[in-house]
Amino acid sequence: MSHSDFQPKNPALQWIERRLPIFSMAHGSFVSYPVPRNLNYWWTFGGILAFMLVVQIVTGIVLVMHYTPTTAEAFDSVEKIMRDVNFGWLLRYIHANGASMFFLAVYIHIFRGLYYGSYKEPREVLWILGVIIFVLMMATAFMGYVLPWGQMSFWAATVITNLFSAIPGVGKAITQLLWGGYSVDQPTLQRFFALHYLLPFMIAGVVGLHIWALHHVGQGNPAGIDVKSDRDTIPFTPYATVKDNFALICFMILFAWFVFYIPNYLGHPDNYIPANPLQTPPHIVPEWYFLPFYAILRAIPNKLMGVLALFAAILVLAFLPWLDTSKVRSARFRPLYKQFFWVLVVVCIGLGYLGAKPAEGAYVIIARILTAYYFLHFLVILPVLGYFETPKPLPKSISEPVLGKNGAAAGIGARAPEKN
Amino acid sequence: MRKTALLIAAAALFGSVVSTQATEGHIVIQRQPWSFAGPFGTFDRAQLQRGYRIYKDVCSACHAMKLVSFRNLAQPGGPGFSEAQAKTVAADYKITDGPNDKGEMFERPGRVSDHFPSPDPNEQAARARFNGAYPPDLSVIAKARGVEAGLPRGLIDIITQYQEGGPDYLYALLTGYGKPPAGETIGDTQHWNRAFPGHRISMPPPLSDGQVEYTDGTPATVDQYARDVAAFLMWAAEPHLEARKRIGFQVMIFLIIFAGLAYYTKKKVWADLH
Repeated sequence: MSHSDFQPKNPALQWIERRLPIFSMAHGSFVSYPVPRNLNYWWTFGGILAFMLVVQIVTGIVLVMHYTPTTAEAFDSVEKIMRDVNFGWLLRYIHANGASMFFLAVYIHIFRGLYYGSYKEPREVLWILGVIIFVLMMATAFMGYVLPWGQMSFWAATVITNLFSAIPGVGKAITQLLWGGYSVDQPTLQRFFALHYLLPFMIAGVVGLHIWALHHVGQGNPAGIDVKSDRDTIPFTPYATVKDNFALICFMILFAWFVFYIPNYLGHPDNYIPANPLQTPPHIVPEWYFLPFYAILRAIPNKLMGVLALFAAILVLAFLPWLDTSKVRSARFRPLYKQFFWVLVVVCIGLGYLGAKPAEGAYVIIARILTAYYFLHFLVILPVLGYFETPKPLPKSISEPVLGKNGAAAGIGARAPEKN
Repeated sequence: MRKTALLIAAAALFGSVVSTQATEGHIVIQRQPWSFAGPFGTFDRAQLQRGYRIYKDVCSACHAMKLVSFRNLAQPGGPGFSEAQAKTVAADYKITDGPNDKGEMFERPGRVSDHFPSPDPNEQAARARFNGAYPPDLSVIAKARGVEAGLPRGLIDIITQYQEGGPDYLYALLTGYGKPPAGETIGDTQHWNRAFPGHRISMPPPLSDGQVEYTDGTPATVDQYARDVAAFLMWAAEPHLEARKRIGFQVMIFLIIFAGLAYYTKKKVWADLH
C-alpha cells in the first residue's frame, strides 16, 4: 500500500515510524499516492462517500444515546430527540437525509463505474468489494428505517422480511429467525437495532479493503487506459485533495438544502403515525433508493421468482467484470455501449418511478418491460456487444491529450483535465 | 439514440399517469399561503395563539396531543407565551400523579413540565366514546399527513422548498365538509368531506362560524379557524422549525463562501499543471 519513502522529521514520530510505519503509509496513501491526471469530477464521489459514512456513524452514535428500541417507546423517543434533545432535530434530520445522500452518491459512483468500465481487469476485486458495500448499505438503511417504529417502518419490515418466506423449505424458518417470533414485534425491532449499529462498522471494514484494493491497482480514469509513465499521474496531495474538497463542499450544499429546508421531503408522512399492526397503510412504499428494486420485485407475478429477480438485480452487478466482454474500458471509445448505458440510466429511473406507483394496470406492464430490459442489458447486450462493437482508437497515453505529443510542452494550449 | 430513449420513456410514463388519474377520482388539495413556508419562514405568534385557542376549546375535547408539554408554549419560536402564562395554562389542568408515600395516586394542578393530558385514558376508551372511531393524537399530525404532488410538480417542490402538505391538508379537511353528491350514501355516524380519503369521515364538522371568540379583531370564520389551527399544529409537530431555517441560512452562506474559496484554491493549485 506504500508508495512513499517518507520519513517524519520529528524524533518522536521517527521513533514510532521505526516500530510502526504508519506515517509513511499515510503519506503514501493520501499525499504522494499517484492519481491519473485526467480524472474528472465523477471521480470525487469516493471521497464524498467516505465523508457520508463518517457523518452517518457520528450522528448515529449520538442518536443512540437518546433512542429507546422498544415497540412502546421507540416512536416517542425519536420525537423526544426532535423536541427536547439539544439540536436533536438537527442530528436526526442529518441522519435521515444523510442516508438518502449516501445512496445518491453511491448510485452516481456506481454509474460512473459502469460508464468508464471501472470493473474491468485488474479492478474486479475492487468492484466486487464495492457491490458488497452496496448490499451492506441496503441492509443497514432498511433496518435503520424500521427503528422510528412508524407505520412505514413496521410495514416495510413486514413486507421485506416476508420476502424470505418465499424460499422453498427453509423460508418460514428464516423469516421467524429474522422476526424472533411469529410476527414483526419487539424482538424484531431490538435485533434490527443491534444490527443497524453493527453493519456500519462492517461497511467501514469493507471500505478499508475497497481503498486498499484501489491503492494497489491504481485508479481507473476517463480514458480507460493504463498509466504508462510518471507523466500520466500527479500526486494525490495537493491536486486530488483540493479537487475532492471542492466537490465535497458542493455536495454538502445539496445535503444542507434537504436537512434545513425540506427535511421531510424524502420521507413518507405515514412514518409520523406510530406503528399499528392492525392497520395496513393504503400504499406501502420503501424509501426512494429502493424503488427500482421494489418495482422489479412487484413486476413478477410469482412471489419466489419476484424475490429471486430482486436479489439477482443486485447480484448481477458482481458478475459484471465477466459479463462485459469488451476489452475497451471507457464508454468514451465505445459508441454503441455509450448509448446502451444511457438507456440503462433511463430504465433505472423509470423503474424507480414505477416502484412508487401502485402495482396495477399499465404500471405493471411497463415495470415488466423495464425489468426485462434491465436483465437484458447485463445478460445479453453487454456480453454480445464486446464482439460486435468497433471501438474508437484509444489515445496513446493519458498525458498525450493533455500535454501534447511531446509531453514536455506543459502549459501550452492544454485544457483543464476535469473538462472532458 | 439517447434522446429517443428518453422520449419513449417519458411518453410511456406520461401515458400511464393520465390513464390512472382519469379512473381514480383525484382529490385536489389547494396549496395555501403560510407564514412559515420558504427559507425565511417564521410562525405568526398571534396566529399560533389563536390556533392554540381553537385546539383548546374545540380539538382537545376529543384529540390528545401527548408529545407537547406546557413549557413548549413559552419556548422561543413558538406561540410566545410568557413563563407565567404557560404556568397558568398548566395549572388549569388536573394531572394524575403518584404513587405518593401511602402508595396512592393523587391529582395535582399541572406544572409547565407536564405534557398535555389526553381526553381519554386509552385508545379503547376513546373508541367506546366515538362509535368505534379513534381521534388521532395531534402532536405530529401536521407531518403525518401530506399531499402527493406527482410529477413534475414533486420535483419542482425540491427547489421551491414546499413542505406544507400537512397544513394544506388539515385546512382542506376542516373546510371540506358538505353534503354528499347525488348518488353517494354515507353511514349514520359518517360525514361527507371533500378532502378526506374516501370522503366518509367519522369526525363531525368541528368548526362553525363565531364558535370561538377572537379578541384581536381577526374574523371568527371557519376558514380563519382552520388556517389558525393548522398553523398551530404545524408548530406542535415541528417546534424547532424557526431555528432550523435560521441556522440553515447561516450554514448555506458559510458553505457557499467556502465552496467559492475551495474552487479558487483548486484552480490555483492546478494552474501549474497545464
